[in-house]
This record gives sequence, structure tokens and C-alpha cells, in this order.
Amino acid sequence: MTEPAPMTEPAPMTEPAPTTAPAAGPGSALDRELHELADKQVALGEMRGSPSVNPVNEPMIRHWLDAMGDTNPAYLDQGVAPPAMIQVWTMPGLRRDVKERSPVDDMIARLTDTGFTGVVATNCEQTYHRPARLGERLTPATRFSGLVGPKQTALGEGYFATWNVTWYGDGDDPVAEMMFRILKFRPRQRASEKAPEKAPERQEPKQPYPLRPAVNEDTAFFWEGVRKGELRIQRCSDCGELRHPPGPVCPSCRSANRTHIVSSGEGVVYSYVVHHHPPVPGRETPFVVAVVELPEGVRIVGNIVDCPTDAVGIGMSLRATYRAMDDELILPMWAPRET
Amino acid sequence: MRTLTEDQVEIGSVLPELSIDLTPTVVVSTALATMDFTPVHHDVGIARAQGSKDIFLNILTTMGLVERYVTDWAGPGAVIRRINVKLGVPAYAGDRLSFNGTIVSREAAEFTVEVRGKVSLGDHATGTITLTFPEAS
Repeated sequence: MTEPAPMTEPAPMTEPAPTTAPAAGPGSALDRELHELADKQVALGEMRGSPSVNPVNEPMIRHWLDAMGDTNPAYLDQGVAPPAMIQVWTMPGLRRDVKERSPVDDMIARLTDTGFTGVVATNCEQTYHRPARLGERLTPATRFSGLVGPKQTALGEGYFATWNVTWYGDGDDPVAEMMFRILKFRPRQRASEKAPEKAPERQEPKQPYPLRPAVNEDTAFFWEGVRKGELRIQRCSDCGELRHPPGPVCPSCRSANRTHIVSSGEGVVYSYVVHHHPPVPGRETPFVVAVVELPEGVRIVGNIVDCPTDAVGIGMSLRATYRAMDDELILPMWAPRET
Repeated sequence: MRTLTEDQVEIGSVLPELSIDLTPTVVVSTALATMDFTPVHHDVGIARAQGSKDIFLNILTTMGLVERYVTDWAGPGAVIRRINVKLGVPAYAGDRLSFNGTIVSREAAEFTVEVRGKVSLGDHATGTITLTFPEAS
């Protein structure tokens, strides 16, 4: 048996649950039935599929590397497949009608039939014991490992189903294994409504970020730039002096004529603090607030992200990054720049 | 081609960001290269009819890009042992997928990199990659 059709739909399917769907809920007759089926499927143990139609081969590897933009020469030099390609070898492709069944399929079909029509994948974990070598055919073996639920999720009530696939090589030794988990849920919304776009763990609509920048005539250009991923610096149209933060009058020549430049988005830490306390609404402590010196000549205050707080230091090279704080607000921040 | 050796890697090392423009070509070519013909990865009409904004990356590609992100930095001498990914928001065509990573731990020869792949909606994939590096020559 091959592994079940790949659950590659992070966007939930939105068919509404049949109105006749039996009552679920912990301990209900349906819940007991689903867990009994799950136990039965688990007891089936590992069920082997047929060896892959294509042996591990150079053209498919080259095609995959090309599509991924992966220029690592090690695989073709050594005659092995990229580890993350493991599942590709046993994909059913377009031959869906001849797909073999695994212990997972009955469980999923029953969940769908009982109204848990939505599906999102939540976890994919792969362990690679050895590289798959050119010429070998991989044989998948699938076992259903468990059903957890019912759980109330933001997508609706649902069950988490987990299964494991082991791929065996020509020597019948395990080449790689995968744990895969999906949430099967009863969609809350009608199909005509907008589908929620987020995974179950982060399904809540993004809370509005509580700290809003003051946007006025002097600063609007800056925030327009941020929305476009540009770090704009105000410049006096008369004497050319750059200034930040933006203001109505040039401190150098007192002209009120102004324009802006788009900075390179690079900078270095001029000074910084690590904020531990007090708590700041909308933020998790600790976080870094830095004064960043731009090569253009001005300094700007911002957070440093994607970097352990104790790794920040004066003189560190940074590049601007733009973070969506909620559905509307994007803030420019700084991340370490590799040199 | 440059490859990092064990002695050049330490806990706290930050990987350079990799940002990928998710054109429809990227979404479709990777779906097909991973032998995934599910229509939501290449047929925008079907994807929209199912409530998605657009076609989106398939999971096999997410795994492949996470691997590429780390080996782009580590070099051809690195060996990937494990990839554990928690899947988040969809990565739609037209969006941009940006990876960041930090080395967080070491156990014997195995280093673990924490990786986060973000799109405009939030985290598309977060997780860890465990790998080994060649010893210093």
C-alpha cells in the first residue's frame, strides 16, 4: 500500500458539514465509534505498499533541485537523493484510480462521512536514516498511529489524526520515516463565507496591535514606504540634508520643502537596550530596542528581531525587515545581516 | 564550493535570510517536481472555489525549501538528519516566503537549527532541522 494521498491542503476545505451530521462531542456515540475505528486501524500495524514505480533517478532529482532552486551539488556528485525528496518517490501522481489503500484511508473516510469534512495538515516530521541511492526502489509502509479528539479548535470541532510512513530501501532497511498529522474538522462556516486562512493553532483573527504609530502629514510618506517594504528617509528639497524622524522644517536651513529618499535598508547598531520589564502591550519580553545608524547618515530607532538578545552588540550589521503586526499595521524592524 | 565545518558553527549562529518570491511558476513547478498533482497547487479556479485566495505551496515543497535554506548556508558537506515542521498559514502565489534560522543546540555531532518560514499572513512553517557538519580538516 502507498501512503494516503498527500494532505497538502493547508487551506481548509469549506464544504459545510451535512446538517444531518450525528452529534459528536466527547463520549458521544459517534465519538466512541470513531475511537473504536481508530483503535482497529492502529491494531492493523504497518501495511506495506508496492515499491515505487520510479527508482531513485537523476532526472527527477535534477528536476526537483531545479524547481526548489537548490544548487547543492552533493546529491548528484554522490549519487543520492536529497533527503527531503523522500516522499516524492512514492507519490501516487496522476494514477489516483490505482491508488492502494492504507489503514489511514478508512479513518479519514469515516471522519469525512460523519461531517468532519475540513482538513488541514499540522505537522510533518521526517527522519533520514541514510540517503536514498540512485537506482533503488523505495517501498513505503504506513501505520495509523492515533486519533486525538474531539477538540474545539478555531476552525471548528475536530480530530487530530496521526500516521507514520517508513520507506524501506533495496536492502529492506529503513531509509527514512515520517510522522504526519492532520486536523479533520467540522467547518464552522458556510461555504459561501470566507474561509479562515490560518492553521488551527493560530486561528484567532490577529488581535489588533495595541501600539499604533502617529501618522500625520509629516510622517505619512514614511508609513507608505513601510507598506511597500521601503525605508524612506526625509530629505530637505533645498539643502539636501537628510533627517529622521520626519518633521515639517529642515533643522539645517529651515526650509519647509521636503522630499524623501529610499534608504538601502542596511544599518549598524549604534546603541541598544534589552527590554525585560515592565510588560509592553502586544509584545513579548525580552526584546531589543536599538538605535540603528544608516549608511545614509541618519539614525533610526527600531526593534532587532530574529536574533537572540544576548547576540546583539554595538556595530552589528543589520538589514531592515518588515513585520505585519496585525492585519493592517506593518512595522519596520531590523534583523542581523550576514556579511 | 564553500562548506562549513564543525568548528565554524556555534550555538547562536544566525543563518542569513532566504527570501523566495512565490510566483505562480514557483508554486506550480515545485508541485509538479514533487509529483503532487492536487489541483489546489496548480489550478487557481479550483483553489479559489475551495475558499483559498490562490494556489499555494504543497507540503513536500515546504520540506524541500526548508532543507535548501539550511544547506544553502551549511554547504554541500552537511548531512541533513531530521526535519520537523509545524505547518501554519498557507504560502500563496504572489506572496513572499522568508526563512530565518538560528543554531539552537548541539548533541554529539548533531546540530539543531531552528527555522521559521514567514509569509505575509504569518508563520507558514516553523520547526527544526538537525544536521551534521564535516569535521575540521
